[in-house]
Amino acid sequence: MDFSIAALLAQDGLTNGAIYCLLALALVLVFAVTRVIFVPQGEFVAFTVLTLAAFEQNKLPGTVWLLLALGVTAAVAEVLTYRSDVRRMLRAMAGSALPSMVAAALVWGVHAMQAGFVLQVLATVLAVTAMGPAVYRLAFQPVATAPVLTLLIVSVAVHFVLTGLGLLFFGAEGARTSAFTNETFSIGGINISGQSLLVYAFTAVLVVAMGLFFKYTLFGKALRATAANRTGARLVGVSPNFAGSLSITLAAAIGAMSGLLIGPITTVYYDSGFLVGLKGFVGAIVGGLASYPIAAAGAIFVGLIESFSSFWASAYKEVIVFTLILPILLWRSLTTHHHEEE
Amino acid sequence: MKPRVLVAAAVAVIAAAPLLAPAFYVTLLNYIGLYSLVALGLVLLTGVAGQISFGQAAFVGLGAYTTAVLTTQYGMSPWITLFIAIAITLVIGYVLGIITLSMGGHYLPLATIAWGISLYFLMGTIESFGGFTGLTGVPPVSIFGYTLEKEDHFYYFIWLVVLGALWCAANLLDSRPGRAIRALKQGSTMVEAFGVHPGRMKTAVFVIAAVLACLSGWLYAHLQRFVNPTPFGINQGIEYLFMAVVGGAVSVWGAVLGATLVTLLKTWLQDLLPKLLGEAGQFEIIVFGVLLVLLLQYAREGLLPYLQRFVPSPKRPLPEAADHLQHRSMPAAGTPVLEVDTARKTFGGLVAVNDVSFDVKACEVVGLIGPNGAGKSTCFNLISGALEATSGSIKFMGHELIGETASSIAKLGLGRTFQHVKLVQTMTVVENVALGAYLRGSKGVIPSALRLNKAEEEAAFAEAVRQLQRVGLAEHAHDAAGSLPLGKQRVVEIARALAADPILLLLDEPAAGLRYAEKQQLAALIKTLKGEGMTVLLVEHDMDFVMGLVDRLVVLNFGQKLAQGLPEAVQADPAVREAYLGA
Repeated sequence: MDFSIAALLAQDGLTNGAIYCLLALALVLVFAVTRVIFVPQGEFVAFTVLTLAAFEQNKLPGTVWLLLALGVTAAVAEVLTYRSDVRRMLRAMAGSALPSMVAAALVWGVHAMQAGFVLQVLATVLAVTAMGPAVYRLAFQPVATAPVLTLLIVSVAVHFVLTGLGLLFFGAEGARTSAFTNETFSIGGINISGQSLLVYAFTAVLVVAMGLFFKYTLFGKALRATAANRTGARLVGVSPNFAGSLSITLAAAIGAMSGLLIGPITTVYYDSGFLVGLKGFVGAIVGGLASYPIAAAGAIFVGLIESFSSFWASAYKEVIVFTLILPILLWRSLTTHHHEEE
Repeated sequence: MKPRVLVAAAVAVIAAAPLLAPAFYVTLLNYIGLYSLVALGLVLLTGVAGQISFGQAAFVGLGAYTTAVLTTQYGMSPWITLFIAIAITLVIGYVLGIITLSMGGHYLPLATIAWGISLYFLMGTIESFGGFTGLTGVPPVSIFGYTLEKEDHFYYFIWLVVLGALWCAANLLDSRPGRAIRALKQGSTMVEAFGVHPGRMKTAVFVIAAVLACLSGWLYAHLQRFVNPTPFGINQGIEYLFMAVVGGAVSVWGAVLGATLVTLLKTWLQDLLPKLLGEAGQFEIIVFGVLLVLLLQYAREGLLPYLQRFVPSPKRPLPEAADHLQHRSMPAAGTPVLEVDTARKTFGGLVAVNDVSFDVKACEVVGLIGPNGAGKSTCFNLISGALEATSGSIKFMGHELIGETASSIAKLGLGRTFQHVKLVQTMTVVENVALGAYLRGSKGVIPSALRLNKAEEEAAFAEAVRQLQRVGLAEHAHDAAGSLPLGKQRVVEIARALAADPILLLLDEPAAGLRYAEKQQLAALIKTLKGEGMTVLLVEHDMDFVMGLVDRLVVLNFGQKLAQGLPEAVQADPAVREAYLGA
């Protein structure tokens, strides 16, 4: 391996690592607030790419049906929960079912109007983000107080459902979205693609934006309060359901942004999300599902490992990445002090 | 219907099935048998011991690939490869178990996902394993010269193994190590107090589950006569867990129920959904996922409990006369049992126990009292081994306890109860008490699974019944521990501690949360025990409760010893009055 290849691999690894990093941050966020290890995070990424690709091919994205399915089911769940109390039922629906319905209409509208690229991107991000509240309401809200392990099984089940729905509504074919830019820059003899730079810049902006959100906005503070102490947050008026729903919605939004970035780099299938999400996971685990900066560093490390191992032993790429988790998990579990759940 | 009749009926149905059912269903039943084995491992691991594994499919693959590679490429007999496969699984399962089980909470399931994926890709990548296309030409198994080539012949072989595994698993759960495994979910503090090593128990269950999965894989390879990596991926691993959750973890039969329901549902959905949706694809996972979510939301115990309502749970016949367990010799009245000498415990800058000294002599009842936050519980934990003292010395029957584990302290003859009752709610009262006698038995996992533990079990239950009679709860022996009121649950805890044949009984706030009448009964019981020669140290903050009960009092306040002596003298002490009533 010479310097130029190493530079190329590093650039590749950093690009993927940056995307894993975003996913890792989302996973840490969801775990801190809801104690859910959010396995379906990768599905949001895949759905984003498939939606945008459908727009580009002038097809009606399957997202419309996915959103309607989620919205209608959430609405039915609210009807069953509140039965006679119509006012509370409608208020609950506005939180859980309405976003999906509105987003479905938006996607349909953007397709029908044959709107331009910017509107397509915007509609895609909003559509995927809007899945958050319905997913939380249907899968996690009823078991919000269950032990972490129960939540994990629910989370895996949601991953199953979303993957299956992805196949149903998007089909088995893979898709790739067009690049935002085709420019390349040469710095000191090394070619750097504009797309990579875009990924780095976007990741950096998002990380800073998240930091500001948590530090300065009321919602951000509410989430932090819930993460620190659920009961305490509830006592000062932060509804745990609201916090849970908001955290998963934010995770969906982050997943959508990651999807925009990864779409032009790799071909994405309905089930590609799982492996991408899991690699974000490894990063999150390095951070013990608690520390944002360590999680980010861990995710970038995973991207680099993956890129270099695909050069030396490409067939064993996944084996290396996932075996790597074991010593990291062991190290994390030995260094973090965990209390027994009573 | 009696459970025994039900089991006999189930066996009859299984035996008759290939004669009556069409070939397609025999194939299906073969798979149900294979899946039941894996699900059984998960019922033990997840349902009973509370450890989640998404990676069982990888162990199935390990069994299948070991035999496929060795029989096709090295011409070995399947019987030899069976032992090799089990040996490899034992080693890998043990190593993975040691690494992953030491991870607490959610790290374990994540680790199982990781090695599940990793082993799957490894199977598909190694060239001599045939890559993702797999290996063909795996030979059939022959028994006594009879080759099991036909599916309905292999059917009997599979179900014989399944029934054998069910029998062993049921035996194991109803045994000395089984009770310890069933208690693991209560947290390690409780089981350690009775001498159980939770890490070793978890590893044992993990290895058992891995071996069951490996067995299923070995059978699979010789049934299919072909292996490729697809059925050993992480999705299948999740499906196995799904089977265990659907069936329910309360009984080993939950594994068969779960495997049957999931397999039938899957076959049916795979047939129906593509027709319904007009497309081919694995759409059944949508339905599976939704069902799993609903199940966890509305029936976390699985479906078996709904069926079990119609079956009366059998009352275990309690042994009338059995060999007695060995008793330890009790120290003569007045000899020092516990000597606490300038014991100190600090948490960072906070001194929770500040150079406290006191002693307890044989046949004495000593009360350790003090207002909230006085350091009583910390002091208690130092003695029981739940916490380690920073400095000083705590001697029990002449042995230094500092640095010893809770298990080895229990072995020396120290029995304890818990402030927050820690009984296994789903076990009967008598089983809970028998858990207390854990250290007085010796039969391990294998003899228990094979029912070679009859004499020891009878002795343990005779002892448990004896202790229940001693505390006056014999009529509740068969009730589920969780169904008793708090006052009686505390007394069951005392019986459990007594079943360990302790020299010193440590009671942690035994009167907390009890009503007046219950407190009086408890006090009477402690006096009776004292009359029988038991030494008792009790931690309390209820002054009234201890006054007429104890021989001596030790009063703590702000981590320091404030006073000690006869109850009346302590009560009259102005410093004690100030601490309790305020200036």
